[in-house]
Amino acid sequence: MKKYIIFILIAILGLTLAQTFKAIPFGADRRGDLENPDKVAAYYLKESPETLQTANSITAIVVNFRGFDTLGEVTVLFLAATGLASILYRKEEEDEEEVERVRLPSSSLVRTGAKILFPLMLLLGIYVFVHGHLTPGGGFQGGAIIATGFLLMLITYKHFETNHKVMVWLESLAGLAFVAVGLYGLFAYGSFLQNTHSVGTLNDLISGGLIPLIYIFIGIKVGTELTNILDILLKIKKS
Amino acid sequence: MALILFLIVMAIILIAAAIYAVMQKDLLYAVLATGIISVVLSVFFYLLQAPDVAITEAAIGIALTTIIFIITIRNTSRNEEEYSEDHIKKF
Repeated sequence: MKKYIIFILIAILGLTLAQTFKAIPFGADRRGDLENPDKVAAYYLKESPETLQTANSITAIVVNFRGFDTLGEVTVLFLAATGLASILYRKEEEDEEEVERVRLPSSSLVRTGAKILFPLMLLLGIYVFVHGHLTPGGGFQGGAIIATGFLLMLITYKHFETNHKVMVWLESLAGLAFVAVGLYGLFAYGSFLQNTHSVGTLNDLISGGLIPLIYIFIGIKVGTELTNILDILLKIKKS
Repeated sequence: MALILFLIVMAIILIAAAIYAVMQKDLLYAVLATGIISVVLSVFFYLLQAPDVAITEAAIGIALTTIIFIITIRNTSRNEEEYSEDHIKKF
């Protein structure tokens, strides 16, 4: 009986999706006219280089046109990290031995390679989120690359420790700075994340108004958050 | 022509890795197969002119998700348990 109910539910879901997708023409040009935008895609493509002076239109959409949604995404990641930490939180007892994060020693090849790659990965991550408005990538991508670099060190070296307190403070301050910048725009100029200074010229490093500033905050926040998650996960004791 | 051949081979690898990940009983290999899916997907995203998504898929899908699953396997069991009715009743 249960099986039939599941089949009926899946059939209803499939029919609903089919109804929706039937309304979208396949392969049709949905961008619209670039000169006189009548559709939202053409509007974004026209406005992001002209009004916002941002070379990467995707960044302009994510941070500027849809900045409030990005705040929601950052909050989701923050809640995921908080939930994980609250489930896996372990009170440190004094007579307890150190939890072994790395159970087998790495070979000297891996250790030397990790030592050389780690600063380069941090540099790449920082480059990706600082140049978010010029080249592909942005805060989330840069933060994920930084977390990958920390992960390499965490699984290679037994005694590599990230300063937990500094990480948590950086994460919280970056999140608060994002909200603070947004609220400043709201109270001073009348809308959340309103550009508070001039947008500069296209292709300059400091251009695009608030976009570089916010992507630096998001990059720091995502990088420290994911590093914390990995650190917590690696310290689980096998029961 | 060479590009199309390359794309077809990549698509076959993608589907094969996905089927392998579902069928494999050894969970470590299954997780590595999902990593391969992410590699192919990120190449596809790049070729479809979505470099932003390609970078995200490469960093999150290949590195972080795979590692988180491997840590989970390290702390639980490596082999998938046999499917049985009793197993469901336990929950």
